[in-house]
Amino acid sequence: MPVHVILLDAVRVAQSPTWMASGGALHGPALDHLMRWNLIALCLCFLAAHAWLVAAILRRRKSTQATAPKALPWITLTALCAMYVWMAVIAQRLWAENRFAGPAPEAMQVEVVGEQFQWYFRYPGEDAAFGITRPELVNAAGGNPLGLDARDARGKDDVVSSVLVLPVGREADLRLRSLDVIHGFFIPGMRLKENAVPGLVLHVHFTPSVIGTYPILCSQVCGSGHARMQAMLSVVSPAEFQAWLAARERARIQEGAP
Amino acid sequence: MRMRVFTTNHRALGILYLLLALAAVIAGTLLSLVMRVHRVWPDLALPFFGTIKPEDYLALVTMHGTLMIFFVLTTAPQIGFANLVLPEQIGARSMAFPRLNAAAFWLTALALLVLLAAFFVPQGAPISGWTSYPPLSAVAAAGPGEGAGMDLWLMSIGIFCLASWLGAVNMLVTILSERRAGMTWSRLPMTVWAWLVTSILTLLVFSELLAAIILLFSDRHFGSSFFVPQGDLVNGHIVGHGDGSPLLWLHLFWFFGHPEVYIAVLPGMGLATSLFANFARRRVPGYRLMAAMLLVIGLLGLVVWGHHMFVSGMNPYAGTAFALTTMAIAIPSTVEVLGWLTILWGGRLRLTTPMLFALGFLSFFIAGGLTGPILAQPVLDAYLHNTFFVVAHFHLVMAMAGVFSVFAGVYYWFPLMTRRMMNETLGKLHFWITLIAAYGTFFPMHFSGLAGEPRHYERLAGPITSFSAIAANERGITFSALLLASAQLIFLWNVFASARRGRVAEANPWEATTLEWAPEMARARVERGPYEYEILANETNFHPQWELASKQE
Repeated sequence: MPVHVILLDAVRVAQSPTWMASGGALHGPALDHLMRWNLIALCLCFLAAHAWLVAAILRRRKSTQATAPKALPWITLTALCAMYVWMAVIAQRLWAENRFAGPAPEAMQVEVVGEQFQWYFRYPGEDAAFGITRPELVNAAGGNPLGLDARDARGKDDVVSSVLVLPVGREADLRLRSLDVIHGFFIPGMRLKENAVPGLVLHVHFTPSVIGTYPILCSQVCGSGHARMQAMLSVVSPAEFQAWLAARERARIQEGAP
Repeated sequence: MRMRVFTTNHRALGILYLLLALAAVIAGTLLSLVMRVHRVWPDLALPFFGTIKPEDYLALVTMHGTLMIFFVLTTAPQIGFANLVLPEQIGARSMAFPRLNAAAFWLTALALLVLLAAFFVPQGAPISGWTSYPPLSAVAAAGPGEGAGMDLWLMSIGIFCLASWLGAVNMLVTILSERRAGMTWSRLPMTVWAWLVTSILTLLVFSELLAAIILLFSDRHFGSSFFVPQGDLVNGHIVGHGDGSPLLWLHLFWFFGHPEVYIAVLPGMGLATSLFANFARRRVPGYRLMAAMLLVIGLLGLVVWGHHMFVSGMNPYAGTAFALTTMAIAIPSTVEVLGWLTILWGGRLRLTTPMLFALGFLSFFIAGGLTGPILAQPVLDAYLHNTFFVVAHFHLVMAMAGVFSVFAGVYYWFPLMTRRMMNETLGKLHFWITLIAAYGTFFPMHFSGLAGEPRHYERLAGPITSFSAIAANERGITFSALLLASAQLIFLWNVFASARRGRVAEANPWEATTLEWAPEMARARVERGPYEYEILANETNFHPQWELASKQE
């Protein structure tokens, strides 16, 4: 049973070389490319080492005591070290591109809040500013899951959603928070993962480039509902996004501030 | 009987440590089988367990990891084998502190009992994983098992820290001060070098872990706030009144957690070197280099902990720094692997069971080690972190390599424990099934991880995702895991049957050179290095480290 599964896996990997979830982020193709050649290079090292091992076992009865040329291990070591350096340099450049610089000033702000076992997404509204939240005001049943403080005027137009909707082609700047324990904010399709840590506000930014829906998972064990803690990212056209946000804004202003 | 149980004899204690690790590995394996079956058939009611609730699954994960890492992989290859042969390998009469040694064992046994007790308290065992990230682990209301179960977990690991610390002091002092005249540094068997490094690592990092555990315990019970931030809201109650940071725990934990991996695997590296030399009948080329690389791996291991934290909220520049130190550790590891491959290439290989398991260790060390450079790169780890890719990585490089080195050691040193040989046919059968089933279990996990499947998910299908594409893969893993576990029955049978009725071992049955095989320790003089094997035209020859002093002297 396991052997045929491994073979099946090998075939499927050959068809889609990395097996990764289909991507839709601007930085995705570069990362996928890096992942692919890393996997291939290391797979070749694995096969070469095992070929060496099997050959050593097969020639064990040879009566002559022919040893490998003395230089061979050193050449191999040098080549492998060069490969490690190359990997590190290329990967660091991509990491620096994604994380060292902040988002562009016109990037769209969305706050992501994790709590056991739910993700919330808050849009700052027309004033482009998030209202103050207080943990003691949190009341999910009463319609205030994030504890927005009604005395803060900036919060009156804040929209809280359980779906993350983003316009395609515009950079999103996420501000990650957690109310209770550490959660892991993971969108496989966006090649994006960062923990939501209580007490910290962490920023990650990316640009969705392909319209579609992408699962959002929790990747850090957070309690008994960990595996259920999922949400949806919906990447839509800019027009559709404006219509969606405007409808939410209207509903929010009609219902009045909590 | 009383005399035999409360012994201070190091070899008896070594056997007791191995039996303790055996009990822990049986318990940990059974837990993992329940997990595997549940992931594939989530609604199946299991005998003794019934239907598994989500928190039960997380408790199984936590206890599986804790048992395997602390009570199997830290215990057997390091203090277990060291008690068995370290004093003899350096020509000492006993460990430096025999009573401390016995105390360390009984503390370890107590720690195991306290840990297992967590299953039987209200709400059961903790669910926060073996890494116990706060606030989940700091607040009893954060989930089932985080009350009494978590307290027991902390107590157990606290006791274990103390026990490991005592064991490491004992090992370190023994190596430094109990060597027989003539046992110079360049004549130490590679296992002794490995134990030297692991005992230094253990002293440093287990002391530090103990401090972290005490801080977390204090957060839970004494109102301090090291790890819980202001305004933290758990289960409807504000529990954060100070200004602690969960990230502090991550730093403290992984400063311990990464060297811990080397504590588990370095003894296997030392043992593999000795076994390759013995069963290839060759000297170790670059002995000094390979010993130095063990030290370098241990030292670098102290400065790579941040690679567990690339997505934790740590500064991205720190991510780069830790990525570079982590890539650096690939270099001494590569030197070790190339050293082993060089020994094997020119050797006259004797494929005995211990040799096969040492080769298996090498195979897994390569297979799991090679995904290290991928996970060392923050940009790739940001996708793979906490997915099954990581589970595949450490199960190959730490768990399987570690366990194969333990098997190699048990088959190799069995005559020292029982004066009998283990059955070679059963040993080889055990090896081949275990090798194939271990690859079948852990290799496909790479594919689940690349598909984005996170760890700690009790079932594949969630509200949004189905992961149906990897369902077949997951079923294959479960079947393979069942086969892997069943194959260990062959080993258990072989151990207990051979201990009673195995072929009686002749003196030095493997034609080894190191001192634990010397026929009369009292008269043995250390005369040469540890790996004096040679291959002549049609013969092989070897020169043991010892010469027996004549009676007149």
